[in-house]
Amino acid sequence: MAGLYIHVPFCRKKCPYCDFYSVGYREELAEEYAKAVIRNIHYYNEEYDTVYFGGGTPILMARHILQILAECEIKSGAEITVECNPLEMDEETLKILHECGVNRLSVGVQSANDCELKALGRSHTFEQARLAILMADSIGFSDISADLMIAVPNQTAETLKRSVKSLAELPITHVSAYLLKIEPNTVFGKNPPENLPSEDETAELYLSAVSLLENAGFKQYEISNFAKAKFQSRHNLKYWRREEYLGIGAAAHSFYKGRRFAVKRDIREFISSEHQLEIVTDENPNELEERIMLGLRLCEGIPETLWRKVENFLPLIPKNYYKIENGRLSLTPNGFLVSNEIIATLLSHLEGKNAARNE
Amino acid sequence: MDYLSKIRNFCIIAHIDHGKSTLADRILEQTETVALRDMEEQLLDNMDIERERGITIKARAVRLKYKADDGEDYIFNLIDTPGHVDFNYEVSRSLVACEGAILIVDASQGIEAQTLANTYLAVENDLEVVPVVNKIDLPSAQPQVVKEEIENVIGIEAMDAPEISAKMGTNIHAVMEEIVKKIPAPKGDTEKPLKALIFDSYYDSYKGVIVYVRVKEGCIKAGDKIRMMASNAEFTTVEVGYMGATELVPCSELRAGEVGYIAASIKSIGDTKVGDTVTSATNPAAEPLAGYREVNPMVFSGIYPADGAKYPDLRDALEKLQLNDASLSFEPESSVALGFGFRCGFLGLLHMDVVQERIEREYDLDIITTAPSVVYKIELTDGEVKMIDNPFNFPDTTLIKQAYEPMVNAHVYAPSDYVGGIMELCQNRRGVFKDMKYIDQTRVDLHYELPLNEIVYDFFDALKSRTRGYASYDYEMMGFAPSKLVKLDIMLNGEVIDALSFIVHADRAYDRARKMAEKLKEHIPRQLFEIPIQACIGGKIIARETIKALRKDVLAKCYGGDITRKKKLLEKQKEGKKRMRRFGTVEVPQEAFMAVLKLDDE
Repeated sequence: MAGLYIHVPFCRKKCPYCDFYSVGYREELAEEYAKAVIRNIHYYNEEYDTVYFGGGTPILMARHILQILAECEIKSGAEITVECNPLEMDEETLKILHECGVNRLSVGVQSANDCELKALGRSHTFEQARLAILMADSIGFSDISADLMIAVPNQTAETLKRSVKSLAELPITHVSAYLLKIEPNTVFGKNPPENLPSEDETAELYLSAVSLLENAGFKQYEISNFAKAKFQSRHNLKYWRREEYLGIGAAAHSFYKGRRFAVKRDIREFISSEHQLEIVTDENPNELEERIMLGLRLCEGIPETLWRKVENFLPLIPKNYYKIENGRLSLTPNGFLVSNEIIATLLSHLEGKNAARNE
Repeated sequence: MDYLSKIRNFCIIAHIDHGKSTLADRILEQTETVALRDMEEQLLDNMDIERERGITIKARAVRLKYKADDGEDYIFNLIDTPGHVDFNYEVSRSLVACEGAILIVDASQGIEAQTLANTYLAVENDLEVVPVVNKIDLPSAQPQVVKEEIENVIGIEAMDAPEISAKMGTNIHAVMEEIVKKIPAPKGDTEKPLKALIFDSYYDSYKGVIVYVRVKEGCIKAGDKIRMMASNAEFTTVEVGYMGATELVPCSELRAGEVGYIAASIKSIGDTKVGDTVTSATNPAAEPLAGYREVNPMVFSGIYPADGAKYPDLRDALEKLQLNDASLSFEPESSVALGFGFRCGFLGLLHMDVVQERIEREYDLDIITTAPSVVYKIELTDGEVKMIDNPFNFPDTTLIKQAYEPMVNAHVYAPSDYVGGIMELCQNRRGVFKDMKYIDQTRVDLHYELPLNEIVYDFFDALKSRTRGYASYDYEMMGFAPSKLVKLDIMLNGEVIDALSFIVHADRAYDRARKMAEKLKEHIPRQLFEIPIQACIGGKIIARETIKALRKDVLAKCYGGDITRKKKLLEKQKEGKKRMRRFGTVEVPQEAFMAVLKLDDE
């Protein structure tokens, strides 16, 4: 069954590192946007077992989320996630979300260190994030994920350790721990922050985050994702397991009915179109290539039928970067750090081999 | 033989940028040889590269008609000569085809190395040298000082030399009259067996090789059977004629004293060697003209296509270039590192540069060239003597009794302020100081003996940077001298990368090794494995660097299932890998080869 991703391209304020699509929040615009989302939901007329509101800052549209979910055909027991900015998590809003069936929150905590939060241009303090999560817990949210950013300016092994410890004391079930990447079309891209950790320091920070989180009971299941038992994000797993998902909204991406397509990063166009315009990025994706590329992001790795096809090129990968267990090949945390290089190495040879066969 | 008195055969000698081509253009205008609509700047220099660099690569010739002040019509044969040391022999053959030379000296810069070398060559060949002071329109012009310099340094009368501006067209007429009055008419006997000197040739796809000759004795006309005295090849003449400014003009015959061309359905330019004598096959001359010699390449380098699939295209390009350039030699060679390519021989560095540039520009091929090498002479312990132009073939050190390297006599001309820097440079390049002469109060002629392999690399660049561009230099080969040579190998992850091996003097090996290793480290990206870079001589490591293993590549959050972006990144990465050369687990980007092979010493 397909997952549904709904992009909410509104923020109160743009973070300097973020290059996802968003515009300033305006009530009327959000209203129009929600209507367009609903039109598309009717248009695709699909049943979903996961729903994910990503952004942007989806919680800004809590009331619309209520309307949208009411129009959706959702399988019982579905996972329904909303991304939240701690500053927007007031009691009333959280209650609305809880009542309309949202059962998972993903909170942009990023760090437990206020200096780091400031360096990242975030407006909240850790204490505000902590209280927001406690409130969500008290309202009845039992599946809360927190974002943790690694390789932030001024971050040290010590501050990272404290961040993980502080997160672990909260009633959360899941952590998304990802490396800060300086994207070209962002404030940071134009004016890079000082005191960014070096490549080697970044690698060490990542490795220590992995082991700290594991020790705190969050088991790694994907390059950047860690969860307590049974709390892996079912929606996100669809991306890596190459299952279907439909994306609705400006800048939303889909893998649906065998094709990959995206919608333009243009909120006006989305609002004014009867149905969103699908821009096909891949009409007929190469399954083998995608399964290797996506599967190797997961700790479960790829099955034997897949890795046998690139087996001959494994000697090009250092032995401590991967392991083969129970027939499946997967990368170790050290391997995850250089996964782009590993995947490119395996796939470029795969291509060469196929090309040679064709001649 | 009255026609002889109305012929003037001459060339123009000048340093780069002193105005040779501009004066040639003005002379062409004065003789109305070229209708103005046909005028293109620098008519004699045909190739793009020549125009851009302001140099003449191969000799060209043109026949002009001039009505002199004495009322008589004269035939001028202007033979344009290459102005670079790489083409020294070709210059000397062009000079031998003339009775006189116009020496152009820049009124603000004075005599330069090339001018001097070529003027000496002209004097040695008994040419009448007619000095001309050019660029008098420049504010910094000092014609009187330059004239004194010409008299002092070259020892020819210069006080009456025309002061001209070729650019402005000032006083060109005086030059024309000097040619008539000062340059002797040619001599020759049309009754004697044919002797014609080949001074240039090129391949024409319709007529075959067009041979430019100066007839010294006898006559030649269409239908004559001819023989090249050095190669012994025989042909039947199809057409003779002379060189108009824009096209070949056939005529009935070429007589002693005249300059013209021969077409004889000749297929290979290798049969028409510059300096060779064309004679009659039926009534041959007893002796060829003096001065012919085989031109041997002095500098060698491997040329490889950046894209291995373009190997046939590269061969095609070299073959076509060779049609017009008998001094370019090449043979197939293969390298583990670079795949299939060619070992090419050149007259010198400029020649190499020009060939490489033409391959890239005219044939649109990306190429990788290995470090230039000279020819070394190796005496083995078993008495055998080998000539080695490729590091691949350098024998094991234990088998070498004595190695020899080619030496040159080099003259550097520069303002005396820079003597210190030049001496330091020459010493760094293992030069032996011979002599220093003052050309005038401010300029010196420094004479050094230098190993050729020290100057093939980047000597001129280093010289220019130390003298702010004021120095010029010139060299001539002086044979082999014993030397301590070693072969330096570069290993990546324990594997020798053959394309990076080179032959070097033992005293310089450590320095070069260290720089190579550093450059490689700089240009090879971090990879999954740590990569040791080692430079070694016969298995002994003399320099080492390590490229640390890659620790982290981009690990972005994959937002909302945006796989496309990741795939694009992956495609880019895969594309990048295709441009790399793989050695075991090591991938080396092409830029690393280029950077290392273009390594400069400063």
